[in-house]
Amino acid sequence: MAQTVAPPTATTPAVPAKLPLSAIAPWAVFFGILMLILLYFVGAEQGATSVFSGTDVHEWVHDARHLLGFPCH
Amino acid sequence: MNSATVRNLLVRGMLAGLAAGLLALVVAYLLGEPNVDKAISFEDAHSREHEMEVVSRSLQSTAGLATGVLVYGVAFGGIAALAYCFALGRVGRFSPRATALLLSGCALTAVYVVPFLKYPANPPSVGDPDTIGKRTTLYFLMMLLGVLLAVAATILGKRLQPRLGTWWATVLAVVAFGVLIGLAYRFLPVVNEVPKDFPATLLWRFRLSALAIQVALWGGFGLLFGELADRVLNPRPAKAPAAARTVPAAH
Repeated sequence: MAQTVAPPTATTPAVPAKLPLSAIAPWAVFFGILMLILLYFVGAEQGATSVFSGTDVHEWVHDARHLLGFPCH
Repeated sequence: MNSATVRNLLVRGMLAGLAAGLLALVVAYLLGEPNVDKAISFEDAHSREHEMEVVSRSLQSTAGLATGVLVYGVAFGGIAALAYCFALGRVGRFSPRATALLLSGCALTAVYVVPFLKYPANPPSVGDPDTIGKRTTLYFLMMLLGVLLAVAATILGKRLQPRLGTWWATVLAVVAFGVLIGLAYRFLPVVNEVPKDFPATLLWRFRLSALAIQVALWGGFGLLFGELADRVLNPRPAKAPAAARTVPAAH
């Protein structure tokens, strides 16, 4: 691809400003953990480990688990 | 102000993840489900013990599939948006949209392709239920390794860039990533639990469709989130100058 340098305009600055880590960290910690919990329930609950007893969660997301690549059973 | 930007990007990341999840759901339903059904027919024909159906097949292949894929999309959309906040302006001279697509491509590689090449997706009837613990651990370990090594390679590339220039720093960082992933592939245990008579073409098609779902998800996410992030970071003036990209999207 050609290395074209677009003339900087008012609407498109060349490099976006960095967001300070102190502004990101609280969101990253809280929502990062929340998102990982969601992934756990889609990907692994009632397979290798269980928070809830039974197989309802596992059976409900069964097809998604296979097609998204998680080990299912 | 900055915290509000992070919040706005996070919300848009989750929405873009939901939309990309819908796209992936269409691919999963059209390309993936026929293979799941065939694999289940194989399972029924080859095992004597019949499991009791807790959730019917018609629910599993529609509402159940949708739940799983959409939650997966939202969750990874949120995580990717947070990673985007870190990456923005730190990885190189990339515009907001280019950063989003680059991040999305790296996420597809680190979170999916890297684990997939060692522990590929398996259809029903492939896999021994007794080893589910081991396989789950190995799969999540591979995901974690992919993400950590991708971050490490990015940092390495940034460190090398002043000395080697952007091109060779990038090449070297990618090669280092590939070599370390290769070593992990070499030393982590092999999992091969495909039943003897399972059709090879069905396994291949199932795995291709699983890969297509992820390409749709991350490709859709990168393009859509990039557009949304660009609008947050570069708010358009009320009177936009005549340009090709001023076509308003349907709200």
